[in-house]
Amino acid sequence: MEDMTYSESWFGNIKGDILSGLVVAIALIPEAIAFSIIAGVDPMVGLYASFTISVVIAFVGGRPGMISAATGAMALLFVDLVARHGLEYLLAATILTGVLQILFGVFKLARYMKFIPRSVMVGFVNALAILIFTSQLGVFAGATWHVYLLAAVTLAIIYLFPYITKAVPSTLIAIVFMTGIAIFMNIGVMTVGDMGNLSQTLPIFLLPDIPLTLETIGIILPYSLALALVGLLESLLTATIVDDMTDSESNKDTESKGQGIANVVTGFFGGMAGCAMIGQSVINVKSGGSRRLSALVAGVFLMLLIVMFGDIVVQIPMAVLAGVMIMVSISTFDWNSIRTLHLLPKTDAIVMVVTVLTVIFTHNLAIGVFTGILLSAIFFVSKISQVEVTSTMVDNTRVYKLRGELFFASVTELMKKFDYKEEVDSVELNLSRSHLWDDSAVAAIDKIVNKFEENGIKVLVTGMNEESSELSAKLANKLGSH
Amino acid sequence: MYKKILLAADGSDHSKRAAEHAITMAKCQEGSKIFIVYAVDGDSSKSDVLSNWNSANINDKRKERLKDIEAQARESGVQFEIKILHGEPGPAIVEFTNKNQFDVAVIGSRGLNSLQELMLGSVSHKVAKRANCPVMIVK
Repeated sequence: MEDMTYSESWFGNIKGDILSGLVVAIALIPEAIAFSIIAGVDPMVGLYASFTISVVIAFVGGRPGMISAATGAMALLFVDLVARHGLEYLLAATILTGVLQILFGVFKLARYMKFIPRSVMVGFVNALAILIFTSQLGVFAGATWHVYLLAAVTLAIIYLFPYITKAVPSTLIAIVFMTGIAIFMNIGVMTVGDMGNLSQTLPIFLLPDIPLTLETIGIILPYSLALALVGLLESLLTATIVDDMTDSESNKDTESKGQGIANVVTGFFGGMAGCAMIGQSVINVKSGGSRRLSALVAGVFLMLLIVMFGDIVVQIPMAVLAGVMIMVSISTFDWNSIRTLHLLPKTDAIVMVVTVLTVIFTHNLAIGVFTGILLSAIFFVSKISQVEVTSTMVDNTRVYKLRGELFFASVTELMKKFDYKEEVDSVELNLSRSHLWDDSAVAAIDKIVNKFEENGIKVLVTGMNEESSELSAKLANKLGSH
Repeated sequence: MYKKILLAADGSDHSKRAAEHAITMAKCQEGSKIFIVYAVDGDSSKSDVLSNWNSANINDKRKERLKDIEAQARESGVQFEIKILHGEPGPAIVEFTNKNQFDVAVIGSRGLNSLQELMLGSVSHKVAKRANCPVMIVK
């Protein structure tokens, strides 16, 4: 598909976009509320965020058809910040997150996302799913059987209703029906309204009420860095999925900037930081959406629903919301990765599992991603640091053939692979199948040569490739002999 | 009679058997061409993108799932082309079939994802019902 014009990216699919936007708006509401509750803020903070992010992204995003809003990945990152410093600091952190993401886009760093190993990405998604699931368990702590039953029936409706018809989203049916039952039978379980304020007003522009000092920046910066990274990671992953689903390309740097602008605006309008959502974007495309209009319709319709039906929304039982979120976590999890786990190289599987476990223990997706990247880097280094040495005897000359990469991690093992005391006239080190990468490699070759020469054996180094010779020549004078 | 043949394939055993039939048909007439069509739905998009995060082209991996079928077609010497569609398999295959005026569509009775078929109904039935050309369902 060729690049579409901006106007095509808005109006190329009007009917499909309006219908899918409506479906997404409904699906966004329970998630926005649930993620607010996870973060410890009023449901309104998540709902405002979902409204402003969807609408702003519709205009400035780089991937038409993708849905961005308040997300679990982000909410989980600022639980501590809200608990220690309150909502105003969250809003400030949201704005700073946006600024960092804009910089990321301006410097065109999106391509480096491909450096994140696949197993870390899979671990990220799986860890997110597990955290969303465990975040719902609080609803059941010490609860009566009503709560379990409400959640179970909600899940049953969500998964079984599509057998009857797929014309209406089964999640909507489940929420409306179960909330109706709870109100009608007056069960008296905890509802969304018990968790915080849900006002039926539009968001307004406000500056976060915080002192603008270095100390404030010091508090919010670590959170903003983690938020910026996780937000872009999920957004660019989602963008790639939407690219694939719609068989079209998108500009990831524009998307990074767009995510940033959306977060800046959201922070000023009292919303929490968000990013693209895999699940909602898949729903959007499956429901026929593919252009910017779908995100705009989703955001506006969501706000409309809250303004009109806010007093019904607050009566949704928490158990029903938990049911919906369990479904969200099940569909977030990459089940394919479990089915294929035994087929992967062992190191890939370990990286995936360690990423997941790190996130579960730290409750921080950013730390999990970094741990995963670090671990795969270590595995990679140890894999390529194996240097193979074979030797043959030619006319009383021992010929060692080195095969592999010579650098800081491989030289220690290498040194042990020679017999320095063998009774031979001379030794040839053949480097034609190897490469010298750094000063450690040059120094190691020097040292090997010296050790042979100490025993009165002449050494000939052969077959060094051009780049290695240049490096060796450059360093020869500086490294002094032993 | 059957010069432009659609073969719906996902690499499953049923689709391999369907391929044999499609190739036999193509051999009957000079100049026949088989379009091997593989539909990728939204959820597979997600797991394919994840599992191919570091590879240059995600569709290479998908074509690899069809490699047995591709080999079959290549050996037989018939003309063929592989096409990857996006969307729910049933409707996506029907749309492609009807848009491109095929003489016949060949499809296995069950695909890889039997759980999904249980939920959403069989792809082959959808194609049989809604495609506007003869459909051969291979058991």
